[in-house]
Amino acid sequence: MAARKASAKSAAKPNVSAEELMAYYRDMLLIRRFEEKAGQLYGMGLIGGFCHLYIGQEAVVVGLEAAAKEGDKRITSYRDHGHMLACGMDPKGVMAELTGREGGYSKGKGGSMHMFSKEKHFYGGHGIVGAQVPLGAGLAFSDKYKGNDNVTFTYFGDGAANQGQVYETFNMAALWDLPVIFVIENNQYAMGTAQARSTSSADIYVRGEAFGIPGEIVDGMDVLKVKEASEKAVAHCRAGKGPYILEIKTYRYRGHSMSDPAKYRTREEVQKMREERDPIEAVRSLLLTGKHASEDDLKAIDKEIKGIVNDAAEFSKESPEPALEELWTDIYAKGDAPQEEDA
Amino acid sequence: MTDASDGLTMVDAINRALHEAMAEDDTTAVMGQDVGVNGGVFRVTEGLIDDYGVARVIDTPLAESGIVGLAIGMAMNGARPIAEMQFSGFSYYALAQIENHAARIRWRTRGAHTVPLVIRMPYGAGVRALEHHSESREVFYGHMPGLKTVIPATPARAHALLHAAIRDPDPVIFMEPKAVYRQMREPIADDAEPAQIGTSRVVRRGKDLTLVSYGAMLHRALEAAETLAAEDIDIEVIDIETIAPLDAETIAKSVGQTGRLLIVNEAPPSYGAAGEIAMRVIEQEFYALRVPIRRVCGWDVHVPFFAREQTYLPSVDRIRGAARAMMAD
Repeated sequence: MAARKASAKSAAKPNVSAEELMAYYRDMLLIRRFEEKAGQLYGMGLIGGFCHLYIGQEAVVVGLEAAAKEGDKRITSYRDHGHMLACGMDPKGVMAELTGREGGYSKGKGGSMHMFSKEKHFYGGHGIVGAQVPLGAGLAFSDKYKGNDNVTFTYFGDGAANQGQVYETFNMAALWDLPVIFVIENNQYAMGTAQARSTSSADIYVRGEAFGIPGEIVDGMDVLKVKEASEKAVAHCRAGKGPYILEIKTYRYRGHSMSDPAKYRTREEVQKMREERDPIEAVRSLLLTGKHASEDDLKAIDKEIKGIVNDAAEFSKESPEPALEELWTDIYAKGDAPQEEDA
Repeated sequence: MTDASDGLTMVDAINRALHEAMAEDDTTAVMGQDVGVNGGVFRVTEGLIDDYGVARVIDTPLAESGIVGLAIGMAMNGARPIAEMQFSGFSYYALAQIENHAARIRWRTRGAHTVPLVIRMPYGAGVRALEHHSESREVFYGHMPGLKTVIPATPARAHALLHAAIRDPDPVIFMEPKAVYRQMREPIADDAEPAQIGTSRVVRRGKDLTLVSYGAMLHRALEAAETLAAEDIDIEVIDIETIAPLDAETIAKSVGQTGRLLIVNEAPPSYGAAGEIAMRVIEQEFYALRVPIRRVCGWDVHVPFFAREQTYLPSVDRIRGAARAMMAD
């Protein structure tokens, strides 16, 4: 995606170009519209099981990816559609995975939570909360061993921050100076539990101090602040100084999943965030007030995005369901699969 | 199946048992992620926090290993915790605590300590999800000495078995077939008695073939049995209810009369409950068997996403096909 092209060398000051701003706007809008469409398809019964939408959190992945270069890796948990779109994966393949079709990134076998792209260095999509964190450190370990300067963005949420594995990983990452950026996407609710009701410290990044890992709080509703923090963290890791923690304060507008009773927060709280802190509106406003774009320019982007998302939705409906035999594939290496007897 | 207008769903029945147990015994506590304010991911713990407060209805952090470890400590010190894992597939984080502590404390302390702990977990396919949201790993727990593993198949049995599990002096893994959560209703009497853990239940009498199942698959087994009656195949259906310790006597006695054993469950077949049930019958009634034992299970694969979920699960047709083949042998 366009936002990836933004140079990691740009200064820490948000001296952002009109071109970059437009790219962030476009990338965030793609995620927003994609997720809205996914919500619709879920409502129509085309997407089954669980579906966790990223709406409200778009600035996090778009800002972080702005500092990434080819070879950098990313791994996250189950609210993963935004990460995939932001690192340049094809919306068609993502949507077709949501509908469980052959054209999906996991050929219809992984669904919303379990997609991968070797080409884009996206290492999933993981359903077990917090369990991807040590894997992220492992990816970084291999890069360090190979002697390259790649970094791994290892995302997890405020809920996952209370899983023990996270701290086992902090210790190893610090001990061996692994080039891993721990991105805590703090959307303030672990499913239905507010952070203050589940987490002993007000800030989570401070837990890194015990391991000697530097970190900071980032305003996750402001893509430029996220980008700036990402550049700082990436520079730290690429320089071989070990891990870095970014605790990004964000907010999800929708429920935890599609079946969320929403008893844990008020409608007003959500409404207030949408009205006052929306990350896409903020960039839109910067573009218009800075005269970097006209209403017509933005309308053209809206239209383009709508086309991309509609194409993805069409593809996800037309792509066939996985073949029956696929049930028995990829358990072991080819030819080694369990035999079906009377399917 | 019971008339839908009458009685409680399994969610309601478990909720009622929890309310009753909390009212009866103030050493009980319900704990887990979102069990309080939110009433549980499947609404099973709805209303408990209003009646018993935050001291006994504990919204925990998201930390399965910590939740179970904490519950074991509480249980060793006079409480009767009822911990919830949101899905059985999330319980693997807690396996180390269950295996190393919950299952061994009585043995290790020569009875000085017990762990009267219930770990509830929805399991099994049927919600169009995949992998850890749908799998059946009851044998992980059935394999561990020191644990009891219970799986109710209907609302009334869930109510009665949960009461028994909560009163049990030892740790009980209570696996709830989420496909049945809202699939059927059953009336439950005000003075319903707790069940007895460790007993199998004959749910349909028949003389030609013994069909053994549990959880959500019991209903498919029953449907197969009912429809095969039209073909003059008279099937006895047994709900084992307790994975461990298994009541093999009831099954063996039935097979002694029918001479045929068919086992149905949704777990992968290899090293599964079906194999164990078959072996226990062989030990007791080998000479009564007229034809080889058969099993209809899931497959040795991970539970797939929704397009192939029903291919994964034993279908009524597969069950009927196996039964017919056994009658023709």
